Amino acid sequence: MKIIEAENLTKTFNGFTAVNGVNFHINRGEIFGFLGPNGAGKTTIINMLTGLAKITAGQVKLLGEDYTRSVKKAQALMGIVPDESNLYEELSGRENLCFCGALYGMEKGLREARADRLLEQFELVEAAGRPFRAYSKGMKRKLAIAAGIIHQPEILFLDEPTTGIDVGFARQIRKLIVDLHRRGTTIFLTTHYIEEAERLCERLAFIVRGKIVREGTVDELMKEAQRDNIVRFTLGGDFSGLAGEFKARFPGYAIQAGQDSGVSIHAPAPFPLLPLVQFFEERSLPVYEAKIVRPSLEEVFVKITGIEPQKMQNQQGPKSMKGPQGARS
Amino acid sequence: MKAWIAFGNIFMKDMRSYYLKPPNISWGLIFPIAWTLMFFLRSPVPLEVRDLLPGVMSLSILFGTTSMLAVTITFERKSRSFDRLLLAPISLNLLMLAKTTGAIMFGVINAFVPILFASFLTDLSGINWPLVLGSVIFIAITSTFLGLFVAVSVSQVFEAQTFSNFFRFPMLFLCGLFIPVADLPVFIRPLSYILPLTYGADILKTAVNNNGVLSLSLSFLMLLLFTAFLFSYSIYNVNRRWIL
Ligand SMILES: Nc1ncnc2c1ncn2[C@@H]1O[C@H](COP(=O)(O)OP(=O)(O)O)[C@@H](O)[C@H]1O
Ligand SMILES: [Mg+2]
Repeated sequence: MKIIEAENLTKTFNGFTAVNGVNFHINRGEIFGFLGPNGAGKTTIINMLTGLAKITAGQVKLLGEDYTRSVKKAQALMGIVPDESNLYEELSGRENLCFCGALYGMEKGLREARADRLLEQFELVEAAGRPFRAYSKGMKRKLAIAAGIIHQPEILFLDEPTTGIDVGFARQIRKLIVDLHRRGTTIFLTTHYIEEAERLCERLAFIVRGKIVREGTVDELMKEAQRDNIVRFTLGGDFSGLAGEFKARFPGYAIQAGQDSGVSIHAPAPFPLLPLVQFFEERSLPVYEAKIVRPSLEEVFVKITGIEPQKMQNQQGPKSMKGPQGARS
Repeated sequence: MKAWIAFGNIFMKDMRSYYLKPPNISWGLIFPIAWTLMFFLRSPVPLEVRDLLPGVMSLSILFGTTSMLAVTITFERKSRSFDRLLLAPISLNLLMLAKTTGAIMFGVINAFVPILFASFLTDLSGINWPLVLGSVIFIAITSTFLGLFVAVSVSQVFEAQTFSNFFRFPMLFLCGLFIPVADLPVFIRPLSYILPLTYGADILKTAVNNNGVLSLSLSFLMLLLFTAFLFSYSIYNVNRRWIL
């Protein structure tokens, strides 16, 4: 079931086309992501979908209903976490959550109970009474996410959820996102971190200069860049002496011996593994592992967009941020 | 119902965050007290106090309300928390009413500070209190929406203050508060009649001293028109400038 659909969505700012006729949809229960460099139009699209920017052309639908001209009813079903905090500095964490709940018409008892539950889930109980201005950047982002879901929206928009956040908090936030997804929240996130997109999103769209250049599940996108079928074997002995014999036996395959006791087999089409395993076994080379080698999403992204990953955050963002490396959990 | 929960909480948050904060309470009171002292203490004849009362009340409301909106709206816009409100599922009209109700009440309270002072200095008998209350509320609404009009037309808090003064100070002289409009040079008089406070002050004069010069219904009608214009223009401006 499609929660959000955008058709031909276009945005111009005084003649400059920031978003150029994009089409996409978000299915219920999935994490859908926009991956693209700074200035690609990600935030502008979120703003159009959520009512913070006017739609120049095209249309948007929520649960099949067009809301291009009247966003207010649709907003009740949306949770929005902007790239920069928009909570109240002078209110405490808990007060901010309760206030946000009230904006969606939640009764006092309900919003307070839900705020307390979220503070616990997001490990912010200790900081709950402190004013928001005293929070660290990472805590602010976590609270902003909690504020985004207090009214249990149909869809949660996360604009660059880990940008500008230090590694430890970024990891926590990614875990929270996965957790929310497991509990059934539909999530639309934008990022310029390739690894983050690969790790979190089920479906992705690459967006460059206001256009979606490719869209699909992570697997589908990977397949595009797959030049060859590659299987890498980890063997219990030295393969180097057997190369000639191997070529004679499997003429269609290319081989590439690794540094250690590994060897990669390349073939133009998928191939059966058993004969290969038998070949090694017969020559007293036990096979410990056979692994299909896929291209990384990074390769795919570079191939399709022609943008090098290090150019992704050129225009803004602290230099010290190196993306989500080291945040693998 | 849901929208009213949002309305009430936006209003209450502003009350707690701005209006009930000690610096703002004193700030809010400084204007009326300053005006009151400035005019009343200078006039030794008790009767003159009553003559000045409508003008002082009007100014207290005007300065009290317009200065608050620079904070509750322009400042929140700048700190992005106003976006949070724009993303909420309540209509822009209701949102703006929620953001201005506090200022309107603040203005009404401001108006009674001079009355309190005056009650020690002179005899307040014979005042048409219902009419005083009605006009005070109307002036508070119109002034608040004038503040709103300014607050949504600028981007910086200091611009809001400067721009407000552009309206406020001329009103001091042109609205017949202390100099009757009839005594102004003929070519300036039309200006008086395009300023909302002229009408509000005139109603107050009628209520306090029964010496207003315009008909009550005309004055109320004019205030109503100003209110409607300022509010709808403000909404239009928010739509145009803040929802890009
Ligand atoms: N209010 C605006 N006025 C003019 N140009 C804008 C405005 N907002 C965004 N843009 C431009 O639109 C493009 C897309 O911006 P944005 O959506 O913020 O990109 P992203 O979120 O992908 O980094 C950029 O070139 C940006 O400069
Ligand atoms: Mg952005």
